[in-house]
Amino acid sequence: MKRRDFLKNGFLAGASITIPGVFGNYFAKSSLTQNSNYDLVAIKGGEPDKMFDEAIKHLGGIKNFVKKNQKVLIKPNIGWDTSPERAANTNPKLVSQVIKHCFDAGAKDVYVFDHTCDDWKRAYSNSGIEKAVKDAGGTLVPGNSESYYQDITINFGKVLTKTKVHELILESDVFINMPVLKHHGSAKLTISMKNMMGVVWDRGFWHRNDLHQCIADYCTFTKKPHLNIVDAYYVMKQNGPRGVSINDVVVMKSQIISTDIVAADAAAAKLFGSEPESIPYIKIADSMGIGKMDLSKLNIKRIVL
Amino acid sequence: MNSFLRKLRIVVSLFFLLITTFLFVDIFNLVTPLISNKITFLQFVPSLLKFIAIISISSFGFIIVFILTFLFGRIYCSTICPLGTFQDLVNYFSKKINKKKRNKNLFLKEIKWLRLLILFLAIITFAFGFILIVNLFDPYSIYGRISGNFFKPVLVFINNLLAFILEQFRIFWISPYDIKAFNFIPFLISLSFLILVLVLAWKKGRLYCNTVCPVGTLLGYLSKISFYKIRIKEEDCLSCGACARDCKANCIDSLNKKIDETRCVVCFDCLTSCPTEGITFSFNKKEEIKNESFNNDKRNFFVKTSIFLLTLTNLAAQVEKKIKITKPSKIPIFRKNAISPPGSISLEYFNSKCTACHLCVSSCPTQVLQPSFLEYGFTGMLQPRLDNNAGFCNFECNICSEVCPTGAILPIKLEEKKLSQLGIAKFIKENCVVHTQKTECGACSEHCPTKAVHMIPYEGTLVIPEVREKYCIGCGACEFACPVIPYKAIYVEGNEIHKKAEINNELKIEQKVDLKEDFPF
Repeated sequence: MKRRDFLKNGFLAGASITIPGVFGNYFAKSSLTQNSNYDLVAIKGGEPDKMFDEAIKHLGGIKNFVKKNQKVLIKPNIGWDTSPERAANTNPKLVSQVIKHCFDAGAKDVYVFDHTCDDWKRAYSNSGIEKAVKDAGGTLVPGNSESYYQDITINFGKVLTKTKVHELILESDVFINMPVLKHHGSAKLTISMKNMMGVVWDRGFWHRNDLHQCIADYCTFTKKPHLNIVDAYYVMKQNGPRGVSINDVVVMKSQIISTDIVAADAAAAKLFGSEPESIPYIKIADSMGIGKMDLSKLNIKRIVL
Repeated sequence: MNSFLRKLRIVVSLFFLLITTFLFVDIFNLVTPLISNKITFLQFVPSLLKFIAIISISSFGFIIVFILTFLFGRIYCSTICPLGTFQDLVNYFSKKINKKKRNKNLFLKEIKWLRLLILFLAIITFAFGFILIVNLFDPYSIYGRISGNFFKPVLVFINNLLAFILEQFRIFWISPYDIKAFNFIPFLISLSFLILVLVLAWKKGRLYCNTVCPVGTLLGYLSKISFYKIRIKEEDCLSCGACARDCKANCIDSLNKKIDETRCVVCFDCLTSCPTEGITFSFNKKEEIKNESFNNDKRNFFVKTSIFLLTLTNLAAQVEKKIKITKPSKIPIFRKNAISPPGSISLEYFNSKCTACHLCVSSCPTQVLQPSFLEYGFTGMLQPRLDNNAGFCNFECNICSEVCPTGAILPIKLEEKKLSQLGIAKFIKENCVVHTQKTECGACSEHCPTKAVHMIPYEGTLVIPEVREKYCIGCGACEFACPVIPYKAIYVEGNEIHKKAEINNELKIEQKVDLKEDFPF
C-alpha cells in the first residue's frame, strides 16, 4: 500500500465519521459488486467446489472481483495440524476451486497463506491445503515469520489501533477471505471476521485486550476482504476451534458468500444455530457500521441443490 | 597402500562428519528419523546407553566399535567421531596457515592421571545415576551441541538471507526460520567446550582426545591389545622424526622408536610421511609395505573463518519480542518439575540416560525442546526439556522419541504419545484476563488438543478456563498460547513419572442436517 492511498483512505473515512449516515455506507458497500443484485448468496446440498461454481454466478462470477493480471490473496483457515474431515481448517477442495476461478478470470498470481496456530509446515500439509494450492497452480506462502509482517495503523479501532499484518495483505489487488464455520470456545463462533486474526502477527494482544472488540476493530482496517466465502461443508459443532475428534463434526454441505463481512457472519451464525446478536463481535461490528447483521434488510439469494 | 589407507580414512571421516553435522543443522526437517537412527547408530556413548536401556539390534553400534577397536585400534576416533574429524580439520587449517608449525608436532608426554581420572569419574558417577560428567565430555554430544549452537545459526542466517532476497521478488520457495529461544548458560557451556577444543586442536592436534575425552581413553587402552597397529620397524627407522612431526596425536617417540598406542587414533598420516617405510600399519612387525608420496589438496581457509564470523553476527541479531502490556499479571510461576519429552518415562529415567547431544532439540519441529540449565537440577544440566515459552509439543508428532540415539527418549507410538501425560496444566485464575479484565479470551482452550482445558461459565456471559486434569497430556499448548504477561495464567507442572491420560470421549454431535430444508434466514 502506498502512503498516499493510505492517507486518502484515512481521510475519506475520517471525513465520513463526521457524517454518521455516510460512515456506515462507506464500510458496508463494496464498489466491486455493481453487477450483482445480491448482497449475499447461501447455497447448500453440493460438494464444496460445485457449490462455489453455482454461488459465484449470482454475484456476477469471480471476474466481477478479479481482473486481468491482478494479484490475488486468499486467506483460508489453516490453523491446525488436522485432516480436512475434522473441519478445523477450510476445505481444500474449495480452496483449490476458488484459485482456479481466479486464474480463469486472468489473475497473475494467487497467493495463499495463514498464520497458523500449530506448526505451520504440518498444518499446511495435513490440512490438505498445500496440495490443493499446488494442484490449482497457486502459491502457498509461509506466515510463520515476523519478518513478513508490516506495521499498520487502524484508524477506527477502539482498542486495536496498531498491529502488524502480512505484507501480502498490503500489496495484493484482491483479497478473498475464506474461513470455515466452526464453534469457538471463547469467540463463540469463528467465521469471517475471526479469520482475520490469521493475518496479523501478534494475536496475544487481541486476547489480552477484549477479544471481541479487537476482532471488530481489525475489520475497520482499509484493506478489507473483497469477498468472504464461508465454508460450511464440514462444520465443527463443539470443542472448537481445534476440535478433539471427528465426533465434533456434522456434515452441513453449505456455503455462504458475501461482500459484507458482517452479513456473511450473521448468516453463517444462523446456519450454525446461533443468533447473530449473541455473538458479541458481530454485534459490535454491526454497531460500528462495518456491515449489516440484520439479514432481513439484505437481498439474499438462497440456493438448494 | 599407505596412501590409500589415509585417503580412505579421510573420505570416511568427512562422510561421517558431514552427515552428522547435517542432522544437527537440518532446519528443513529433511532427515527422517529412520535415516537419523542409522547415522547415530555407531556413536559410542549414545549406543552404549541405548543398549543399557533397550537391548535390541538398534543399539549394537557400540559393540561394532569395540570389535573395530580390537581389530584396528581407535578408528572410531579418526573416522566415526564427528568431534575428532572436526579437530582434524581445525588442525589441518592451523598447519596451512602457519607453515612453521608443520614441524612442531612432536612427541608429548602422556598426562595419564588426568585421562584416567576423567574416565573413572565418568564411569563411577554414571554408575550412581549422575550422568553430567558423561554428558559434558562425550565427544558426540559435545559436537551435537556445538553444531546446534554455532553451525545451525550459520545455516539459519544463510537461509533467512536467501529467503529475504527471494521475498523481494515475491518468490516464497524458502521460508525464514525463526530461532524461538536462546539459552544462555547452555550456550556458554558449549562455547567453552568449542573454545577448548579449538585451541587444543589448533595448537596440539588431538590433545583433547588424548587427555580429556573419556571415550578416547577407554578405546585407547583397549587398542593396546588390538591386532593391527601402527608399528615402527626398528631396522628401517632412521629416527628422522618425520612421522612424529606429522602425528596429530603427538604419540610417536621417534628417538626411542616407540608409539604410545593408547593415544594413536590410527589416522595413517605417519605412514605417508616416512621416507624409508620404517613405519607400518600391520598385524605383525615384519610386514612389508610400499611407500607412496601423497599430496594434499589445497583447501580454503576462508570457509572456516566466515562460518565463525557469521555465527557471531547471528548471535548479535537475536531478536527480542516486543510485548505490549495492559494489565500485568501478578502471580509468578514456580514449576516444581521440568517437563521431559514424551517417551522418556520419568524424570529419573530420562536424567540418567540422556547425554544432552541435542539431536531431539534440533529435530523438534516446534522448537519446544530446549537445553536446560538447572530446571532438572544440577545433574540434568544441558538435558532438553519442554520450554513452553518457545513452543508447544505438537499433538501429532513423536519425532524426538524416534531420533534419540541413547534411548533416553524411548520410541513411542503416536497413538500412545497422544495419551502420554508429561505434566498437568495448572490454572492461575488471578492472572487470567477473563478474571482481571472481564473480557473473553480462551486462547489456552483454543490450543488444547484434548480439550482438557475447556471453558466454563463465569460472570455474566463470560467463560473462563477449567482444567480437567485426567485429559491433560502436558503438551504446553495452553501455556504457550496464554497471552498474559509477565506471568502466564496457565502453566504445565511436570510429572515426575509420566502418566497415561484418559481419552476424552466427547459424545458424537447428534444433529440431523436436512439438506433440502430451507435456510434459517
